[in-house]
Amino acid sequence: LQQSQENIQSLTDHLFRHEASKMIAVLTRIFGFQNLEMAEDVMQDAFAQALNTWAYKMPVNPSAWLMQTAKNKAIDIIRRKRYQQKFSDEANILLQSEYTAVPTLNRLFLENEIQDSQLRMIFACCHPDLSAEDQIALTLQTCSGFGINEIAGAFFQNYESIKKRIQRAKQKIVENKIQFDIPSGRDLQKRLENVLKVIYLIFNEGYKSSDRENLIRRDICEEAIRLCTLLTEHKETQVAETDALLALMYLLASRFDARVDKNGEIILLEDQDRNIWNRKLIDLGLECLSKSAFGDKISEYHLQAAIVAEHSLAKDFASTDWNRIYGFYQFLVNINPSPAILLNKAIVQAKVESPQNAVNQILNIPHFEKLVETQYLFAAALGELYVQLNDFTSAKAYFVRAESLAPTEAERKLLRKKLSLLEVKKS
Amino acid sequence: MAEFLMIFRGGNHDVLTVPEEMQSHMQRWTAWMQGLSQKGIMMGAQPLANDGKVVKGKQKVVTDGPFMEGKEMVGGYLICKANTYEEAVAISKNCPILEFENGTVEVREIRSMDM
Repeated sequence: LQQSQENIQSLTDHLFRHEASKMIAVLTRIFGFQNLEMAEDVMQDAFAQALNTWAYKMPVNPSAWLMQTAKNKAIDIIRRKRYQQKFSDEANILLQSEYTAVPTLNRLFLENEIQDSQLRMIFACCHPDLSAEDQIALTLQTCSGFGINEIAGAFFQNYESIKKRIQRAKQKIVENKIQFDIPSGRDLQKRLENVLKVIYLIFNEGYKSSDRENLIRRDICEEAIRLCTLLTEHKETQVAETDALLALMYLLASRFDARVDKNGEIILLEDQDRNIWNRKLIDLGLECLSKSAFGDKISEYHLQAAIVAEHSLAKDFASTDWNRIYGFYQFLVNINPSPAILLNKAIVQAKVESPQNAVNQILNIPHFEKLVETQYLFAAALGELYVQLNDFTSAKAYFVRAESLAPTEAERKLLRKKLSLLEVKKS
Repeated sequence: MAEFLMIFRGGNHDVLTVPEEMQSHMQRWTAWMQGLSQKGIMMGAQPLANDGKVVKGKQKVVTDGPFMEGKEMVGGYLICKANTYEEAVAISKNCPILEFENGTVEVREIRSMDM
């Protein structure tokens, strides 16, 4: 029994995130967002029951077993509370009546309706009434089944503050009467843009640090890909921009194994072993990218993906087509002249024009003084460019500053390595 | 807009011996009520069990059901909104109880009680 209980524990852990988020979505659609806690209780009950009963008899299809259990628990609650509790706007009356309660539940538990509910949940959690940070934390918990401790760990924040953040966000959804639906018409485009933005932010949260210790970050990237894939499977949200974002994330994720060495040190694109880039993910990314070409709009994700694809297709760093990449960046800054994009454009400019031009560009980025004092990438990039210009004194000053700003040990290590190389060059 | 009670009587479900027939009959009930719910005029409905008790008069005499012939027995009810009796009757005409020869829908407006 001990052995089988351990097996079950690991099986439920594995199933948990995926199935939990599905259950929460369906149950929230049934009970209404104001009863989100009820949905969470039912989900946890179903898992607790699984742990208790699977030790004796393992179901043939654990996912189906969990869904059926959640459904049974839902009908119990509806029967117990139908005269004192208001459930979802969509189905309240139908759930109250014995004529229609079970058929209505059965319909909402159909596979395509589950998917529909998951999308509604994504749109609710990524609602612009909530702050970006709230949207990210809430989406990770409610749409992706991450625990609060996992989210806190991934974002280097404490448990209580993430918990409070999520509670506040849920409260706001109820207070602002945010609809649990997939927006339509004119609303859809704007809301979808925001959803894609949140998914990309989630991906970046997972991707930006290459800390090996922190395995959860890779899961976060995979989740962003899963959420985006859900959007590509629904006719309302399957637009070119969604395909482009998915392409971008696949292409970036393909480099996961090549980005860090055995000692947890960062390997820059230039030095990565391209043989260990994940071929399958690159192919998926390129496939999505070509699908995304059928839209009438070129989005930021199209251009970002096109840039990453250039690297994916180059057989080594030396054969990178920098002119093409620079062309994409020129397009990109027209769409989104954000400091990060301007910085990246300048770095490419150093390849196609000169390092001096690139430095001038960076110094002209709006609010440069503030950026270089708060974001290590600006200081690190300038350090790199001054090395190319043989101005080792300036390079050193910028690397030192970057080292003091870098958020993770891996990044600090890389910068210290650059500093020691500098000493060698100087002498 | 007024509210109307619809009382369903009769309907011999025993004639639906084939499971598929029974299922598709029940699906039509669901679909009918879904339609009313989508229009926002369905206020509630419940089916009733076949047995029951009757409590009668000052003596409060209790007898067991079923108490009458099948065709007179109330099988369920629904409350919906409608502007007029004509509208309510038109709604009731789509009730699946009328698929049975002896099925009836009694349509009654819910009265406002004056203070």
